[in-house]
Amino acid sequence: MADNAKTPRPVYRNIHVSDIVTYRLPLAGIVSILHRISGALMFLLMPFIIWMFDASVTSEISYESFTSVFTVGCADGAIPGWFFKLIALALIWAYLTHFTAGMRHLLMEVTHSYSKQAGKSTAVTTLVLSTGLTVVLAAKLFGLF
Amino acid sequence: MSQNYGTKRIVTGAHYGLRDWLAQRVTAVLMALFTIVLLAQVIFGGPLGYDSWAGIFSSQWMKTLTFVVILAMLYHVWVGVREIFMDYIKPVSIRLSLYVFAIVWLVGCAGWAIQVLWRL
Repeated sequence: MADNAKTPRPVYRNIHVSDIVTYRLPLAGIVSILHRISGALMFLLMPFIIWMFDASVTSEISYESFTSVFTVGCADGAIPGWFFKLIALALIWAYLTHFTAGMRHLLMEVTHSYSKQAGKSTAVTTLVLSTGLTVVLAAKLFGLF
Repeated sequence: MSQNYGTKRIVTGAHYGLRDWLAQRVTAVLMALFTIVLLAQVIFGGPLGYDSWAGIFSSQWMKTLTFVVILAMLYHVWVGVREIFMDYIKPVSIRLSLYVFAIVWLVGCAGWAIQVLWRL
């Protein structure tokens, strides 16, 4: 009894943010957190998305300013065009990731596939699809084909 | 009707969990369909330029559909960010401030998007 009282035992009252680094997420967990991160990213970049919509459809003049942001940049090139292309690429990634991860949810719910194996295999499909499409569209965006 | 008062009263569940869960899926399906409809028009609409791109949004049915999708997105994003705040932000004052920020941000964005759509 006395020995037990003296030995300091680790107490886990709550998890701390720094514990993230020691987590080992399964693939389904990675898809889950990416689903969340991509959603938050699109939420924060929403004004830029609507600016793109506004500029691209309002008039031919505004359409020019929309395309030139990605080639010339903004404020006479003070913010270069490639920077806006990177933001667009981040949005493309976020949309594809969020879309496929959402489809995964719907598919699992409709087909009742809640097994551990189904969770893993659908997570693999989600990651492969979203990453693959992002790479293809990134190549297109930066003019590789 | 089952008794839901006195000792038989169900005290847990305001049912908004189910409502939001369902709304999240219905709005997601709407936005997914919109994505397919928009993509189809971009891919099969000939060479992409201002005329063909703005033309997509000029038809009345596409305007109406886009309007509904903007509203669906507004609710979808609200449910999503509220969930993030509920999970990670514990102090009530900060969480409440973030809720207010999210609502202002989203309603502002939706208003802007609808304004763009309306004057086409």
